[in-house]
Amino acid sequence: MAKSTHVYVSYIRTSPEKLWQALTDPEFTKQYWFGMRSESTWKPGASWQLVAGDGKIWDAGEVVEAKPPRRLVIRWQHQNKPELKAEGPTLCTMELEPNGSAVKLTITHTIERESSKVIEAVSGGWPKVISNLKSLLETGSIALQEPYPATAAR
Amino acid sequence: MTERRADTDLLFKALADPSRRKLLDVLHAHDGQTLNELCEHLDMTRQGVTQHLDVLQAANLVATVWRGREKLHFLNPVPLQEIYDRWIAKFEKPRLKALTDLKRRLEKANG
Repeated sequence: MAKSTHVYVSYIRTSPEKLWQALTDPEFTKQYWFGMRSESTWKPGASWQLVAGDGKIWDAGEVVEAKPPRRLVIRWQHQNKPELKAEGPTLCTMELEPNGSAVKLTITHTIERESSKVIEAVSGGWPKVISNLKSLLETGSIALQEPYPATAAR
Repeated sequence: MTERRADTDLLFKALADPSRRKLLDVLHAHDGQTLNELCEHLDMTRQGVTQHLDVLQAANLVATVWRGREKLHFLNPVPLQEIYDRWIAKFEKPRLKALTDLKRRLEKANG
């Protein structure tokens, strides 16, 4: 199977509605996604982009499926680095399932090629983003200010 | 709060066993494996691998996805990031701040 897939799961003590808003409101995403705004009208077929604080578009694509507050599928292509952009689109699926007093968030990121650089790049990012998101929703503050604190200090 | 402490206990308990850490390494090298594939790489009984996978799943370090009739196991790095945020970044911060301050002072002196 010539395919790279990574799966990220977090149990977040919140409601599916609040978590959906946290994933789709650009003012909310920039608080835990290291300044990135996730922008779209969130209708199937609508364009989607991930925009940094300086206005640079890092990733772009379109909404494939949107069933608030349960399931969101984005066709996702990196824009900033040519070698990553050349790999073509990836598919990012976000699933929200109520689980007791929490919501199980599952993010599955897939590309139709083996050992993908894009998947490698996002696999470094997703755990930090999700950990920050969980922390923000549960405690009201984020854990990490910088995606790479060790580099920032250099 | 007690619920959260229980999660952390499960996580550290799961990591406290060399066979389970080996399983995580095997998944890190090649993610998305079936039980049969995992058994091939490990010097453990099938039952042993199943039990270790259950502990790893309870700690949310392993996530499973059904693809047709196959159950694939994926390494879930999110709880490890949470350990990093909670138990490492916090202790690194003063040292990193000292480095940033030093850099700023040296660059100012040069300018």
